[in-house]
Amino acid sequence: MKIKSPRDFWAGLMFVTFGLFFLVVAQMNYQMGTAVRMGPGYFPTVLGGILAVLGAIVLVGSLAVEGPRVAKFHFRPLLFVLASSLAFAYLLKPLGLVLASAALIFISAYGGHEFKWKEVAILTAVLVVFAVVVFVKGLTLPFPICPDFIEICPIR
Amino acid sequence: MEGIFANLGIGFVEVFKLQAVTIAGMSMTLPFNILMCLIGVILGTLIGVLPGIGPVATIAMLLPVTFNLSPIAALIMLAGIYYGAQYGGSTSAILVNLPGESSSVVTCLDGYQMARRGRAGPALATAALASFFAGCVSTLIVAMFAPPLAEVALKFGPAEYFSLMVLGLVSAVVLAHGSLIKAIAMVILGLLLGLVGTDVNSGVLRFAFGISEMADGIGFVTVAMGMFGIAEIIGNLEQKEHREVFTDKVGHLWPTKDDFKRIIGPTLRGTALGSALGILPGGGALLASFGAYTLEKKVSKNAHEFGKGAIEGVAAPESANNAGAQTSFIPLLTLGIPSNAVMALMIGAMMIQGIAPGPQVMTERPQLFWGMIASMWVGNLMLVLLNLPMIGLWIKLLTVPYRILYPSILLFMAVGVFSISNQPFDCFLMALFGLLGYVCVKLECEPAPLILGFILGPLMEENLRRAMLLSRGDPFVFISPSKPISLGFLAASALLLIIIALPALRKKREEAFAAEEQA
Repeated sequence: MKIKSPRDFWAGLMFVTFGLFFLVVAQMNYQMGTAVRMGPGYFPTVLGGILAVLGAIVLVGSLAVEGPRVAKFHFRPLLFVLASSLAFAYLLKPLGLVLASAALIFISAYGGHEFKWKEVAILTAVLVVFAVVVFVKGLTLPFPICPDFIEICPIR
Repeated sequence: MEGIFANLGIGFVEVFKLQAVTIAGMSMTLPFNILMCLIGVILGTLIGVLPGIGPVATIAMLLPVTFNLSPIAALIMLAGIYYGAQYGGSTSAILVNLPGESSSVVTCLDGYQMARRGRAGPALATAALASFFAGCVSTLIVAMFAPPLAEVALKFGPAEYFSLMVLGLVSAVVLAHGSLIKAIAMVILGLLLGLVGTDVNSGVLRFAFGISEMADGIGFVTVAMGMFGIAEIIGNLEQKEHREVFTDKVGHLWPTKDDFKRIIGPTLRGTALGSALGILPGGGALLASFGAYTLEKKVSKNAHEFGKGAIEGVAAPESANNAGAQTSFIPLLTLGIPSNAVMALMIGAMMIQGIAPGPQVMTERPQLFWGMIASMWVGNLMLVLLNLPMIGLWIKLLTVPYRILYPSILLFMAVGVFSISNQPFDCFLMALFGLLGYVCVKLECEPAPLILGFILGPLMEENLRRAMLLSRGDPFVFISPSKPISLGFLAASALLLIIIALPALRKKREEAFAAEEQA
């Protein structure tokens, strides 16, 4: 067997995996019920089944018909952009908005084509001030501004 | 007709109402609703101008802001962002050949060519005037058609709702790029993801895997920001930045007499087509602009000029996308069903404010309903008055490089998502959906059908269950002659799928999308 259309092959595989996943989890954990009184497992089982079948059709098609290759993955922007939002999320409570925002901006900027220290530093300063003024002061979002371990926050 | 004007009157009174508000400790009397409308349209234009951030991400970011507003002020502002973005999108399409907004894709074709010939000013003015005209007409259309539709919708049972949602999903599939079967698979994946969380009927926690944050399901904002926002940023970073802005060439704005003659027809046709397509579930501004451009290319005397800077090619899609943006509020206001991702966010905003979207909104809260419609007209007027003089400012914005923009956008998205539940988990999910969105783009699976499926998933399941319960398990209830409306919706869905699957039309559809990709 030869994969003739890699793009469809992986797409089909993705759909089959998702479909079977939902189907199996629903079957194992939730009641099916009857058509009249559908249980929590009914709709996900049916949909999971349909998704798996559709995925299988795409998969079989990819073995039969020539098609395009998968476009190249660019791992640098992917990793840095994802890492930056995770860093923000998990640093916000312990380190406060100022440092968490700075982490997000520096990490995400590093994923781009050009990284200029000075420019990123200025951008960080501007955005941090903006975030504190608009989000915490203006919109009163309950974010800590300073890190946990600093007793008295200089920004009020 | 008289009834409409009386109703619109209620709306205008509501929009211009003076309210006592407290800002920064000072209480004052302000026409607060109109102020929110102004802020909404300015923000919307700003977002529309900036490529790389759409109205979905903006509204999602601003959703937490509206928690403290009154329901009407919140909805007026959010609506302003949506149609403001349609205006702004055309500016970057004309000046930089980058659609700031997906519905401005076709405006790039002729608008940018006009700018290259030194006619950026008239192109911008045409876009604004055509949009304004379309906005006025479609506001009237919403006012005329919403009440009778809401009356019909009050009689809808679960079977009708289920079939209507099927039609909505099918139209989303038809609008998606590439393979039909992959688009259907994306819809179903979306429906499945929408089921995560507590099942309303049985109280069973589904697909939560012991994660307490998943008990309420996955937030729509989180999915939309990940699939659209994050994935788009990563995609943009793959390409080297290249922009050519026609900044100094925007001289005189006003179109010539000859231009005016040429844009009347296309504007009228664009408005009509846009209003009609906007009402369809799954439709809205994007479909409207494509349809109008294609139609104009067929009927215009100057067809040979299309793609080379024909002013008709700016007027038609711009009037159509604004009309479509406006009339897509009809299914939301009358049926409580979102026709696209932005409308889904509006539903979210309504529910946060304690309003159940549906046909009863119009009768139970006339001030809210008509106030929102009246605000659309006022907002459109403000857009024309503000934007033509402010074009210089928007052009300046366009020169901000992307490497400055995207960390800012990311920060706003992260803050917005984090603030939904004040838990890091939502940002984690956003990153996960960003990854899924990126993979989907690489495998040529469109995210838009997934999002619509995600919104409709729980609603569909509930209506399916109810319909089956009422019919005692008879699956033919949806197509029985005793339910002509349901039958009609399903027949229309089947027809659409068959038409699209026909070889001749399939080719046409692929051609249309190929034209879009070149743009």
